[in-house]
Amino acid sequence: MSLPQRQTDIGPPHYEHFLPPVIKKNYGKWKYHEVLTPGTMVHVAESGDKIWTVRVASPRILSTVTIREISDIADNHCGGHIRFTTRNNIEFLVSDEEKLAPLIEELKEKGYVVGGIGPRISNVIHTQGWIHCHGAATDASGLVKAMMDEMFEYFTTKELPNKVRLAVACCVNMCGAVHCSDIALVALHTKVPVIDHEKLKNTCEIPTIIASCPTAAISPDPAKKSVKIKESKCMYCGNCFTVCPAINIHDAERDGIAIVVGGKIGSLRSDPKFSKLAYTFFYNDPPRWPKVIAAVKNILNTYAANARKHERVGEWIERIGWEKFFKMTNIPFTFQHIDDFTFMRETMRTAATFKW
Amino acid sequence: MPKKYDTPLLDELEKGPYPSFVTEIKKAAETSDMSADALGQIEKSYRDKIPYWKHGGIVGVLGYGGGVIGRYSSLPEEFPNIAHFHTVRINQPSGFFYTTKALREICDIWDKYGSGLTNMHGSTGDIIFLGTDTANLEAIFAEFSSRGWDLGGSGSAMRTPSCCIGPARCEWANIDTLDICYQLTQEFQDELHRPAWPYKFKVKVAGCATDCVAAIARADCSIIGTWKGPILVDQDEVKNYAKGGMNIAAEIVRMCPTGCMSYKNGELKVADEDCNRCMHCIAKMTKALRPSGERGAAILLGSKAPIVVGSLLSWVVVPFIKAEPPYDELKEMIRNIIEWWDEHAKPRERIGELIEVKGMRSLLEYIGVDPQPQQIKHPRKDPFIFFTDEDFEKVYTKDKV
Repeated sequence: MSLPQRQTDIGPPHYEHFLPPVIKKNYGKWKYHEVLTPGTMVHVAESGDKIWTVRVASPRILSTVTIREISDIADNHCGGHIRFTTRNNIEFLVSDEEKLAPLIEELKEKGYVVGGIGPRISNVIHTQGWIHCHGAATDASGLVKAMMDEMFEYFTTKELPNKVRLAVACCVNMCGAVHCSDIALVALHTKVPVIDHEKLKNTCEIPTIIASCPTAAISPDPAKKSVKIKESKCMYCGNCFTVCPAINIHDAERDGIAIVVGGKIGSLRSDPKFSKLAYTFFYNDPPRWPKVIAAVKNILNTYAANARKHERVGEWIERIGWEKFFKMTNIPFTFQHIDDFTFMRETMRTAATFKW
Repeated sequence: MPKKYDTPLLDELEKGPYPSFVTEIKKAAETSDMSADALGQIEKSYRDKIPYWKHGGIVGVLGYGGGVIGRYSSLPEEFPNIAHFHTVRINQPSGFFYTTKALREICDIWDKYGSGLTNMHGSTGDIIFLGTDTANLEAIFAEFSSRGWDLGGSGSAMRTPSCCIGPARCEWANIDTLDICYQLTQEFQDELHRPAWPYKFKVKVAGCATDCVAAIARADCSIIGTWKGPILVDQDEVKNYAKGGMNIAAEIVRMCPTGCMSYKNGELKVADEDCNRCMHCIAKMTKALRPSGERGAAILLGSKAPIVVGSLLSWVVVPFIKAEPPYDELKEMIRNIIEWWDEHAKPRERIGELIEVKGMRSLLEYIGVDPQPQQIKHPRKDPFIFFTDEDFEKVYTKDKV
C-alpha cells in the first residue's frame, strides 16, 4: 500500500477555509452580542447579519465516533461548520434563527448538554491524569466528571454572581495551567521520592537531576554513582522525577488533592490573579472523590450566596478578607496556608487590621 | 472484537448528567484494541491510585524533532495493545474552526492508524491524537500532511501558538488574533518542529483584556489586544439597559476600577483619560459601549505554571505595538526576545525565570524598548540601584540632573 506524498513545515491549514460564510462576510465587523439563554447567544454585525451560537459541554477526550456524530449534526443544521472553544466546549453556529430550535432539539435528543454561557460554570480545563500521563497524582477526567455531575445546574440553568472557571491539574506541573482559576483542584505528591540507585546510574544524568530541584535538596552521592535528597528541603514537586524515571514520586496512599481559589485571567475590574490555597489536602478517593466535590460545592455555594453581582470568586474574597472567607466556609486554616517557599514576604499581613 | 474488560469503577463515571470520558473511551474500544486495553489499564489505575504509564520516549517522524510524544504502558504484558500509546499533536487551525469534511477526514486517518481517541483540544491548543504505535507514525504524518495538516510543537521548541476567537465572532477584538496566530505559526515553522531552544516557548494571542485564551497566564509571550482611543457611548442603549433592570450606578460605575465613569440623569459619561481599558463596562453593556481609535497589542512575557520556582503571570514588556499585516514589527520583536533568551538561558529555564535572573533591563536594552511606567505596578522600593558609567554620560548628566 503506497502512502500519499508527505509535506513538511506547511503549518496548519489556513483558518479561512473553515469559517462559516456569515463569519467570512462580517469578519472584524461585529457590533454587539447578547446572551439569550444559558447555552445560546447571538452576535450582531454592523451589516445587520446575525450569528447564533449554541454551546455544548464536552469531556474533551472525544472518540472519533462522537466527532462524526457532531459532524452529522453540524451538517444537518450548520452548513457543515463547527468549532471548539478555548475551554473545549463544542459550538454550533447558525446564521438563521429558524435553524436554532431544531438544532437544539437534535442536540438534546442525542444527549448533548447545552449551556455554559454567561455567569455560569463552563467546561472545565483539565489535564490527562491516569488516562495518559506518567506523572499524574490523580485522574483529572474523573474529578471533572464527578464535579460537573454535582455542579450540573450551574452549567445548564442557574446563574452565579459572575462566571466561575473551574480547572483540574493532575500534578503541580499543571499542563492545564490551573493557577489562575476561580476554583481549581491540584493534585499533590506529599512524600519524598524514592530513588532506585541501580536504575538511576544507568538511565539518568546526575547534573540534570540536581539542576531540576528548585530547593537545592538534591546532591551527588558519589559512592552510589547516584544522588541523595535532603528530606527537610523537599516539597515533592516531582521535577526530579520528570527528568529521571528512577526517582519515584508516586505513593498511592499519600498522593492527594488540594483546592485553590480566587484566580482569574481577565483584567475586568481587577488585575488577573493567581489562585490561592483553600483546602490543603484530600486523599484520592476514586471514582467520585466525594469529599473533594463537597468541598468545591461548599466554596461555590458560599460565593453564590454572598458575592455581589459581577464579582468573581477572587474579587469577593479580597473584598471580605481571607479571614472572613475561612470563617464563612469553615475551611480549617493550617501551617500549610502560610507560604514558606518563595513568597512569604509579600503574603504575610503588614497591618494590625482584622475581622474576627 | 477487542477484549472487554470488567470496569466497575469507571462504570460509575458513566452515571450522572455530564458527558462522560468513560463513554468516549468505551465507544472507541468497540473497534480499537488499543482503546480497549487503555480502558483496562485506566480501571487498574482507579483501583490502585497510580498511573501505569512510563516516561515518554523519543519517537517522531523523519525530519522533525517534535510533535509526537512517546508513551508506553508500564504493564505491556498485561495490556499488550498499549505497549506503545504515543500522542500525535496536530497544529489546530486558528480559532478552532472546522468544516465537518475536515473533521471526518482526520477521523478516517485516526481510525485507520490510531486508537480512535482524541482531545479536542490539548492545553496548548493542538488537536491531540491519543495512542498509536511507533510503526504507524510515518504513515500518519504522510496522511495528515498530504491533506494540509502539520505537526504541532513539543519539547524545547516554539509551541503551537493559539488564539481567541477574535474578529471571527467578537466585537471586542482589537487585533486580528486568528491572522496573527497563523502568521506567527508560519514564521516559526522551523523552530516549532525542531527543538533547539533552552526550553519550551509558548505564544498566545488574545484580542482584548478579557483574554479568553488565557494568554496572560499560560504563554511565555502573551500578545493582548488593546486600544488608545475613547470608549464610545450610545446613550439610547444605556437607557435601554436601565429600562431592562440594570443598576448602572452599582454594576457599572461603582465597579469601574479607575472611577472614571459617572451616571447622572440617565446619561453615562466616561472620563477617557482616566480609563485603563479593563473591559468591565464594555463587557457588561455590549450594546452601549465600544472601544474606538488606535488599535494595537501589548506584549507581555513570562507566564507559566509553578514548575520550577513558582507560577508567573506575564509582565508587560511592550505596552503598545502596532499589529497589522504583514506584522513585520511584531515578528522582529518576538525574534529578538527569543534570541535574548536563547543566548542566556540555562537548559529548562523559561523566559520569565531568565528575566528574574538577568534583570528586566538586560532584556529591554537588547530588544530596544524604553522603560515606561506602563510596564510596572510600582517603581523600585529599596534604593539598591545599579548604575552604569554610560547612565551618567547619557541620562544623569550634570546639565540635566
